[in-house]
Amino acid sequence: MTTIPFTEPLGTAGSCAFSVAGTTENAQDIESLAGAAPAGPARIADRVRRSGQVAQVRPADATRPTAQVRVGARPTGLDVRVGGGVGSSPQRPDGRLKVSGEFAFSSDLWADDMLWGATLRSPYPRAKLTGLDLTAAVALPGVYAVLTAQDVPGRRVYGLEHADQPVLAGTEIRYQGEPIAIVAADHPETARRAASLIKADYEVLAPVTDPDAALLPGSDRVHADRPNLLRHVPIRKGDPAATAPVVVTGEYQVGMQDQAFLGPESGLAVPAEDGGVDLYIATQWLHVDQQQVAACLGLPQEKVRLTLAGVGGAFGAREDLSMQVHACLLALRTGRPVKMVYGREESFFGHVHRHPARLRYEHGADRDGRLVYVKASIVLDGGAYASSTGAVVANAATLGIGPYDVPNVVMDAYGLYTNNPPCGAMRGFGAVQACFAYESQMDRLAAAVGLDPVEVRLRNALTTGDRMPTGQLVEGPAPVAELLRLVRERPQAPAGADFPPGGTANTTRGEGVVRGVGYAIGIKNVCFSEGFDDFATARVRLELVGGRPAALVHTAAAEVGQGLVTVQAQIVRTELGVEQVTIAPADTSVGSAGSSSASRQTYMTGGAVRAACLALRARLAARLTALGRAPSTSDNDKKGPFLSAEEWVGALEAGALEETVEWRHRPTHALDPETGQGDAHVQYAFAAHRATVDVDVELGLVKVVEIATAQDVGKAVNPQAVAGQIQGGTAQGLGLALMEEIQVVDGMVRNPSFTDYLLPTIMDMPPMRLDVLELADPHSPYGLRGVGEPPTISSTPAVVAAIRAATGAALTRVPVRPEHIVGA
Amino acid sequence: MMDFLTPVTWADALAVKADRPEAVPVAGGTDVMVELNFHRRRPAALLDLTRVPELAAWGRDGDVLRVGAGVSYTRLIEELGGLLPGLAAASRTVGSPQIRNRGTLGGNLGSASPAGDGHPPLLAAGAVVELASVRGTREVPVADFFTGPKRSVLAPDELIAAVLVAPADGPEQFAKIGTRNAMVIAVSSFALALHPGRRSVGTGIGSAAPTPRRAPEAEEFAAAHLPWDGPGPLDPDLARRFGELVSAAAAPIDDVRGTAAYRRHSLSVLARRTLTWAWEELCE
Ligand SMILES: Cc1cc2nc3c(=O)[nH]c(=O)nc-3n(C[C@H](O)[C@H](O)[C@H](O)COP(=O)(O)OP(=O)(O)OC[C@H]3O[C@@H](n4cnc5c(N)ncnc54)[C@H](O)[C@@H]3O)c2cc1C
Repeated sequence: MTTIPFTEPLGTAGSCAFSVAGTTENAQDIESLAGAAPAGPARIADRVRRSGQVAQVRPADATRPTAQVRVGARPTGLDVRVGGGVGSSPQRPDGRLKVSGEFAFSSDLWADDMLWGATLRSPYPRAKLTGLDLTAAVALPGVYAVLTAQDVPGRRVYGLEHADQPVLAGTEIRYQGEPIAIVAADHPETARRAASLIKADYEVLAPVTDPDAALLPGSDRVHADRPNLLRHVPIRKGDPAATAPVVVTGEYQVGMQDQAFLGPESGLAVPAEDGGVDLYIATQWLHVDQQQVAACLGLPQEKVRLTLAGVGGAFGAREDLSMQVHACLLALRTGRPVKMVYGREESFFGHVHRHPARLRYEHGADRDGRLVYVKASIVLDGGAYASSTGAVVANAATLGIGPYDVPNVVMDAYGLYTNNPPCGAMRGFGAVQACFAYESQMDRLAAAVGLDPVEVRLRNALTTGDRMPTGQLVEGPAPVAELLRLVRERPQAPAGADFPPGGTANTTRGEGVVRGVGYAIGIKNVCFSEGFDDFATARVRLELVGGRPAALVHTAAAEVGQGLVTVQAQIVRTELGVEQVTIAPADTSVGSAGSSSASRQTYMTGGAVRAACLALRARLAARLTALGRAPSTSDNDKKGPFLSAEEWVGALEAGALEETVEWRHRPTHALDPETGQGDAHVQYAFAAHRATVDVDVELGLVKVVEIATAQDVGKAVNPQAVAGQIQGGTAQGLGLALMEEIQVVDGMVRNPSFTDYLLPTIMDMPPMRLDVLELADPHSPYGLRGVGEPPTISSTPAVVAAIRAATGAALTRVPVRPEHIVGA
Repeated sequence: MMDFLTPVTWADALAVKADRPEAVPVAGGTDVMVELNFHRRRPAALLDLTRVPELAAWGRDGDVLRVGAGVSYTRLIEELGGLLPGLAAASRTVGSPQIRNRGTLGGNLGSASPAGDGHPPLLAAGAVVELASVRGTREVPVADFFTGPKRSVLAPDELIAAVLVAPADGPEQFAKIGTRNAMVIAVSSFALALHPGRRSVGTGIGSAAPTPRRAPEAEEFAAAHLPWDGPGPLDPDLARRFGELVSAAAAPIDDVRGTAAYRRHSLSVLARRTLTWAWEELCE
């Protein structure tokens, strides 16, 4: 007898954890079929060579252990009847192509008769554009179009939260690198030369660059029609006048970090016969691009069709538009496909960065280290345009005291305009800046009351049933104390290290080297907050291919390297028991999936795919019933096999089955504008870090020796991807702690290259010890919790705390520079 | 359009350079290609030197070693580590394995960056740069080769043929500061060579002045005060004073990579430590 599980196989019972050392332990080496020539849907012009987005994944060997289980058992109800389902780590369909260099990124797009676009950018952070002479540029042989602000047919501005950013600058220049004119030519070199032949006249103005000064009433305005204050989020909880016997204060700064994706902004716009345009683009959210591009082009949305091209990293930097409108404008004007690819230097001006921040904190506690109150003010420099500053400010405010239970809170977070580079989304999104400050404060508090840094955190740890400063109840597991204990209980890093601070540069033979250990824990919201209508759409189709069932999953969700394509196939296998799953290219012919950001895509698009599968199960059951083979709905369903081969044929012979589902998480609510009260977030995620460092205290050089981390992921849908996110996120946090900063002086970027914007290398990232908890969230698909951002948040303060422990230096600013350590 | 000129003999290379003085030589390309990719340079012609076998050779020429301009860092480490330990130590700190495989000593000199890691050990060892053109060959002490940031005495029709340097006759050291543990341009660097036979000391400072430079006062001080007669543990005050003099010889600036004050400070530490290690080695 055949059974199809109709009951929700969502399991929330029990808790389990697995533990991973290094990244390779979970590797499931299964063959991928992705090496086969990528196929594309018929609608795509065949002259466009497409990136390898379509892939089939053969399932993993289900008998292999996916992780070492430390406590408890796996959540029930997730029996995977075919290999490669939820909870396993099948090989990513794009993995082999990426490792072998064959994967087509957006910068590899090609159309035979295409032109190349280039952009003229302002050399000044603030100026009036008084004249533009295009004559020489237009006259250059090979140039097909030179366009300026006047040529934007639709809305001349765009933006994620406020449409305040010009497609091309009109008269006001508000940041260095702001686009002024665009060129299409038959060769990239010609396009660049033409751009440099444009004569632009500027009246240079003194830029507004100091965020504190920009808030003062007399300050020059960055935008003449509105104040520099972009958003203020106040939060008031308890007694604002509370006092305490122990008070620690601190002022902290966070420098401007860059997402530093390796694949620069790039895409290909192809004019269509219907007067519209097809855009192949590396982005994080196709539909929000579509809306903005269509508005600026003055076209209805259905005439602006977007397809995801191979994305070479995102980390938030692809949430805002870069060259999207420009390439479409040039394509529509010339009637030819237009490709634009930024160079590395241009890329630093082509996307938003992490908000630099100044944070002032006062913590009041009793003599046992229990927090009585926190007062804080956070100033986030949004730069020239709004981007997602408003949401970043809300995150900094609502998460700004950390995962601690504090009765009285006075928090004010501000985001403002300056003439510095625009800042917006980056992994951690407001929570990163705040965590550096509140965790530094917790260490100060520990010192003030004579407690161990972990102990003071444990005494204040947030737990289920507590209320956030916003009044929101913490529901579901909140294992703050457990995560702290896990990293504390890990054996200390072995004495000695592979190499000393300074690496192979022969700076010490042990002279001046002191070891230090530091701890930190952070909190992040998952998914979109504050009442945003956050949904994802998934279409799943079942049909017989060669007499066997095959599933096709179609969403608009952006695979940005995180492994979403793998996860989608895993969910289908688990829910439908179909081995062969194909992930169609992401495009706007299906509904929005929302952004690949806010650690939300496995939750949201995963949730939508799962919901579509459940709907299909009902349809399958109906067909089988009609055939007189009604499946049982008994409790044993979950244990039983899925359809037999014969039954699959029976169910699908009559034709394919398809379901499209728009899926939402629980609604969230706005914050009260006066008190900041409100259930603004849908889910919290937590991670803790312990960093061990060797510091050459005389030279100020640092070698991180080991990082131990513990994170609750609810359910590790793909354990290997989880480990990858934790390692990568931790590295990004380490980068902010030690080296990653866009240095801006008087509104000018001084280091727009990887020569001087330093990223951690393999010599900088230490071995990691991972503890991954799986404490199911009762509201999310499979109980999962967003994984991508938490690791980035607490790794920065943990590394800095370890350096402080080694040196005694105050270190109130990140990145920490050798100068700060030695005081030179 | 850009011409790509590909001489296969040294004589041809010199003739081409005389004919096309605007042509930019390219050896490993690890500096040239970065400049092209960043659109900082758009030369009318590139002069490829990788096909000229003479440039990639090294050998003894009497008392000195003649190291062809085209010898890569990897080969300096693997083939010359024993004879030129200071230069090999510096080579180990250059970029990544890929950069060390392609990057050459001649290219380092050709770029004449104040931060070039090959320069301090050449200064400390008293090396001479051999420049050639169809007009003939001249030898320039490396200390006179650099004229300013990224500027040298190289004439438009000249090529760098080789570096002439005596094999180490005593301990050599190189140390470099960077804000990450690999693949980093020096914030400051220091090279040291002890010549116990001559009772002299050579130094080279990197990334802390408009050009790489020696620290002559520190050299004289160390030569005069090191206990050459009765080798034993180094007086820490002597090492510290040496460090101060090296630091005083620098003329650093504040830039994205570090502050002038930190550069001075770090040089004093590096000079003190490297002198201590070199002396220990000598006493072994
Ligand atoms: C990722 C990266 C990391 C780096 N790290 C370091 C580092 O740690 N330390 C460091 O010092 N450098 C570093 N560099 C810079 C570079 O690798 C070195 O300067 C290297 O020595 C250049 O050698 P090349 O053979 O590649 O020179 P090329 O790029 O071929 O040439 C460099 C210059 O020298 C000229 N030139 C080359 N050969 C001759 C010749 N025979 N006669 C006359 N002129 C000539 C060229 O015209 C050009 O101006 C790095 C570069 C990169 C890209």
